[in-house]
Amino acid sequence: MEVENCRKGTKVLLDNVPYNIEDAEFMKPGKGRAIYRFRFRNLIDGTSLERTYHSGDKLQEANITTREGQFLYRESDHLVFMNSDTFDQYLINETQLGNKQYFLKEGMIITTLFLGDRPLDITLPIFIEATVTKSDIATRTDTVTAQMKQATLETGLEIDVPVFIKEGDTIKVDTRTGTYVERVVTKK
Amino acid sequence: MTDDERRRLAQLLPNLKRRAKILDITRRFFNEQDFLELETPIRSPAIAPEKEIIPFDSEGWTLTTSPELYMKRLLAAGYQRIYQISHCFRKGERGKLHNPEFTMLEWYRTGVVYDAMMTDTEGLVVAIAREFGKGELIKYRGNAIDLATPWPRFTISDLYRQLAGWDPVENPDVRRFDMDMVTKIIPALDPHRPTIMLDYPVKMASLARVKPGKPRVAERAEIFIGGLELANAYSELTNAKEQSERFRAEIETIKHEQSRDAPFPHSFIESLDYLPKCAGIALGMDRLVMLFCNATSIDEVVPFTVDTA
Repeated sequence: MEVENCRKGTKVLLDNVPYNIEDAEFMKPGKGRAIYRFRFRNLIDGTSLERTYHSGDKLQEANITTREGQFLYRESDHLVFMNSDTFDQYLINETQLGNKQYFLKEGMIITTLFLGDRPLDITLPIFIEATVTKSDIATRTDTVTAQMKQATLETGLEIDVPVFIKEGDTIKVDTRTGTYVERVVTKK
Repeated sequence: MTDDERRRLAQLLPNLKRRAKILDITRRFFNEQDFLELETPIRSPAIAPEKEIIPFDSEGWTLTTSPELYMKRLLAAGYQRIYQISHCFRKGERGKLHNPEFTMLEWYRTGVVYDAMMTDTEGLVVAIAREFGKGELIKYRGNAIDLATPWPRFTISDLYRQLAGWDPVENPDVRRFDMDMVTKIIPALDPHRPTIMLDYPVKMASLARVKPGKPRVAERAEIFIGGLELANAYSELTNAKEQSERFRAEIETIKHEQSRDAPFPHSFIESLDYLPKCAGIALGMDRLVMLFCNATSIDEVVPFTVDTA
């Protein structure tokens, strides 16, 4: 597509990597040729970069869509999801998801970013609730972190929790930082 | 009407009041000096062919991109001091400093060269600043700007050699010129003073005359304040043959590079034989208002842009 038609929010491919245009600046020196300065956000690793173009230059448009999907289960080094509308299954590689895989609970509904038919990434809810499956017995020797101890959640996440948390407790976790927020009191 | 729209328009009120005041001061500034305010057609059969200025088509005619040709036809008929505040249209120009429809202030004097236009601009901007009780010191986007005249003048040659490391007069690379202007020259200008850039490579002369004794530069000046490109002045080219040749070459380039047909402005060229020595300037009124409203976008100084129309 022509740079003239690129806007904030347009998704493009730079060297086959999908980017979102976060900021578009149109500049035109008097009587001169239009110049476009874009700030791009890499849709895979989140890094940003800036590039400048002349009118008439072309960029490759990326067919980026988002779809709702449900996390089903793990299968070797893949995670299996199901499109909530079509019930089609799709796989995302562990390495592609990075740490995000440790916040996924079976049955969880998440938004997936697709480049064409290829799932690229998922957007997690800011908070999730998960059950503690394993936790150390608090040791009182380390005075600095004496009030915290390590635990493992059903999602596979290893996390520091307060000493009063026991195996079987449900806790709330901030997915942006991977940290403990509070214990969830389950009503019986 | 949505709440957002109501809120947006209500927030613009102080700036729009200021805009009306600036228009009023501008008209007074010129009327007191015996300038005649004119209105010329917004829709016309032929405009100045310029490769980088794309007009909107209007049933085979075009919406004006500048009133320049009509203003000069009036000068050729004997008018001496004239000005116009008009809406102009340029396709595809949209950004913080651009809207495809914008307001242009143009004025012309006979018997003078482009220096007179710079002096007029200094006078007009200072008159507006004084009226707002700011003396000659204004603040724009966090910078104090001292408007005391005369404003610093630099030749394009000197600026590019100093800030971009090359001389466009010796080596007129238009593409590189435009890129360096926005990435190297404008960002490096003194934020506390207006800047006037003078004497453009003859290749970018457009409708300006070649500087007497300096065949490689044209008497064209651009005025910048606070990073805003405010106005473009010419010692007008009055030679019909030379102007015809430039237009024909430009029409050819437009056809070749953009597959666009630009009509030849015959009536204007025919009037040039009668055009006396004169100078003119086009000033972006929206940007002048932005300067005095401390606005970062044209959207803050007009009620409706192409995106909110």
